[in-house]
Amino acid sequence: MPYIPHTPDEVREMLDVIGAASIDELFAEIPAELRPKSFDVPPGLTEMEVRRRLERLAAKNRTDMSSFLGGGFYDHYVPSAADMLLARGEFYTAYTPYQPEASQGTLQAIFEYQTAVARLFEMECANAGVYDGGTALYEAVMMAVRHTRRKKVVVSEAVNPIYRIVLATYTKNLRLTLVTVPHMRGSDDMAALTQAVDAETAAVVVQNPNFFGTIQDFTSLFSTARDQGAVSILSGYPVLQTVLKTPGAMGADIATAEGQSLGLPLSFGGPYLGIMTCRKALVRQMPGRIAGRTADASGRTGYVLTLQAREQHIRRQKATSNICSNQALCALRALVNLCLTGEEGLTRQAALSIENAHYAAMRLCCIPEITLLNRDLPYGNEFTAVFPINAKKIVRALADEGIVAGFPLGRYYPGLENALLVCCTEKHGRDEIDRLARKVEKAL
Amino acid sequence: MSTVFAKSVPGREGVWPEKPRTEPVDFIPEGLLRGRDANLPSLSELDVVRHFTRLSSKNYGVDSNFYPLGSCTMKYNPKFTEEVAALPGFSRLHPLAPQLPGGGDMVPGALEVMYETEQLLCQITGMAAFTLHPMAGAHGELTGALMMAAYHADKGHAKTKIICPDSAHGTNPASAAIAGYEVVSIASKDGIIDPEALAAVLDDQVAGVMMTVPNTLGLFERHLPRIVELCRAADALLYYDGANLNAILGKLRVGDAGFDVVHLNLHKTFGTPHGGGGPGSGPVGVSERLIPYLPISRVFKDEAGRFSLRYDYPKSIGYVAPFYGNFGVMLKAYAYILRLGGEGLTRVSENAVLAANYLRKRLDDLLDVPFDRTCMHEFVASAERQGKNGVHALDIAKALLDRGYHAPTIYFPLIVKEAIMIEPTETESKDTLDAFVTDLREILALAETNPAAITAAPVTLPVGRLDETRAARAMEITDDLG
Ligand SMILES: Cc1ncc(COP(=O)(O)O)c(C=O)c1O
Repeated sequence: MPYIPHTPDEVREMLDVIGAASIDELFAEIPAELRPKSFDVPPGLTEMEVRRRLERLAAKNRTDMSSFLGGGFYDHYVPSAADMLLARGEFYTAYTPYQPEASQGTLQAIFEYQTAVARLFEMECANAGVYDGGTALYEAVMMAVRHTRRKKVVVSEAVNPIYRIVLATYTKNLRLTLVTVPHMRGSDDMAALTQAVDAETAAVVVQNPNFFGTIQDFTSLFSTARDQGAVSILSGYPVLQTVLKTPGAMGADIATAEGQSLGLPLSFGGPYLGIMTCRKALVRQMPGRIAGRTADASGRTGYVLTLQAREQHIRRQKATSNICSNQALCALRALVNLCLTGEEGLTRQAALSIENAHYAAMRLCCIPEITLLNRDLPYGNEFTAVFPINAKKIVRALADEGIVAGFPLGRYYPGLENALLVCCTEKHGRDEIDRLARKVEKAL
Repeated sequence: MSTVFAKSVPGREGVWPEKPRTEPVDFIPEGLLRGRDANLPSLSELDVVRHFTRLSSKNYGVDSNFYPLGSCTMKYNPKFTEEVAALPGFSRLHPLAPQLPGGGDMVPGALEVMYETEQLLCQITGMAAFTLHPMAGAHGELTGALMMAAYHADKGHAKTKIICPDSAHGTNPASAAIAGYEVVSIASKDGIIDPEALAAVLDDQVAGVMMTVPNTLGLFERHLPRIVELCRAADALLYYDGANLNAILGKLRVGDAGFDVVHLNLHKTFGTPHGGGGPGSGPVGVSERLIPYLPISRVFKDEAGRFSLRYDYPKSIGYVAPFYGNFGVMLKAYAYILRLGGEGLTRVSENAVLAANYLRKRLDDLLDVPFDRTCMHEFVASAERQGKNGVHALDIAKALLDRGYHAPTIYFPLIVKEAIMIEPTETESKDTLDAFVTDLREILALAETNPAAITAAPVTLPVGRLDETRAARAMEITDDLG
């Protein structure tokens, strides 16, 4: 049997030590009536056979298309060295660092990761990550609910609609009130959001750039929230964060993000990385693992998991969260990627993505009857274009040309059936964008 | 070793893309821009490669060390599955693709893998259906608890409590609480659930009972048939924490045994590596009566054999994850299951149980084993006896690190004093197990003759025991020096 080393002789010797006549005897505790009626899992295959089968399945998927699909999940360039470093078994075959002396590699990396994301968002504290950007946002809301002991949560409709569904799923039985404030042509309605935040409000939740790609300043909203005793939560986009005004500078109390864009493959939705950062005053409410710097008895610097009294293995039902396994290797990947591209590289990635998106918007808007959903506010690497016809038709027509034109918004925003969310990264070339524009024009 | 930030040299070139023709301020008003550095590192590729290669050498992992960390199933993870998961035909798929018009046609291979994995997990566990969305075991528990709530609410009888035995893993009560339940704990008897204690608290407000089989002491729950009966009579659903499935593959099917919900830890039983803390994958299987409540979306296969995603399930609990869970992890588990097949999986459990019992017997003159009978894939010893010399489970753990072993689990289960929870797994050879016994024997002998040598451990690692109190007090969790 592959991966099982025991020879028949060794099995015999081991059974003799145990004092059992057969392996089956070791399972005598399982009553006969509970033994499986069937176990018809197909017979095993060789490594080569399994690989062939999966290669065949992979080949059925279309990955050759020119894609402008984003929506919070972006195809940025990943340096080769990241893959090589992440393939080290010392990292990926370790468990959670419960024994710090034998896990300094993982622990120092978590500490460095926390530092990197805290700096990106200009926040004071960060944890080692949670499952993904959506569950990070949910955990942030629960932090606010515990911190304020209030039950009302104000959410902008311009926050990723899928994240809003996740939030609703988790909070259904918790007697929270989720108040959704409608967007205004792809922008956050600041006046309505400000008005919705009152003395009962636990948290106000926004996204920047928002789901439509629009960039705004939430400083004044967050200041109102502070006056009302509510927690301000911003869901961000790490690659653009080297360029955009940070959640910290706007006065956010918690900033979360999907970390996928920092070097993780799209991989059909996972594994991704939930980035969580917050102000010091909230750190004891933050779920998940946190590495801290300390020293041993002879003064050597080392790292440990700290503030563990928040966690399920100590607090059980009183823990801040149930999270145990998280996305540690993805956090390491994000860190390695950040270090390889570095300050300048990441800033260039952001600038190129923004440049390409503006070029694409310019090319599309030269076509008669195509406009931007919001012509007044700036956007980053993603924008919402409005067509004279249903955006799904555009997507369908361009698929035949080998192009994924973007994400039609009608599915989540009734009334916006003609709107298409289009994203660019530094990987798009001008010729690719020109081709998109030509094919869109042809499809109209 | 200094941090990567301390090594940064401003201006040093990394893996940069070309210089943009424009600047963000050409498009975005200055007031919305950051306007200052993020102080991320500036390093050469070699700087970075060397930094992380050196960091990696400060870690124990299964590839380098025996890792008998109880409850965590730190077995060897085949390498080919890593390559499979990295195939561009999978790794380049955008998760929103299936939501595009005609998008299902862009990802048929991925949907087929998901469908097939669900089918295999159904066959392995005897459950009626699976969702792959939960991203770890605890996430699966929460998903299960939400489904239990939806089931009872739908039947017109929302309930308020979930029962967990005191031997349960910490995530069980935490997940139940987060789903909005009051958690009722019951005391174990002889290391397993006492049906009388259960019956005493099983009132009409109990939505479900969470069990781990074998439990966290490595013991089979002998009273399972009686527990199933009690739950049925009280209209309480029975939840199976499948983190320990490595013990019972081919020997017990959760669904046949009468459970309504089970979560599996693919990152334990099904051979996907743990990554230093994740990513995991915690699929949840359900019995027939819970199918309507499964999370959205679900993979559907039509008569023509075509796959699609469906979203229209009015009774569903909703979305527990934005997409389809940790797809990349699931791919590895799928490849692992195909590779081993039904017989291979059965051998996995047989050999895991064989190894655990072998170690238990070889160590039984050295350590107390509070519930000393045939164990399953792991057993819990106690270092209480060593306490008289001032040597604790923690010290033994640290002394093992010095000898090149990752330590067993010692912070858990809380019901055994000075617990040492040992799970050797099926992939470790008899030579490794024997060497471990020899070294542990030597440590325990030293604990008698020279306890100071044990309480000073570790001495061979990059650092000695670290001051955790200082870490919690100083709360230095980001690098302000570098
Ligand atoms: C028995 C048991 N239940 C649940 C869990 C939680 O699983 P995860 O860490 O994947 O959330 C674990 C693992 O730590 C476990 O050992």
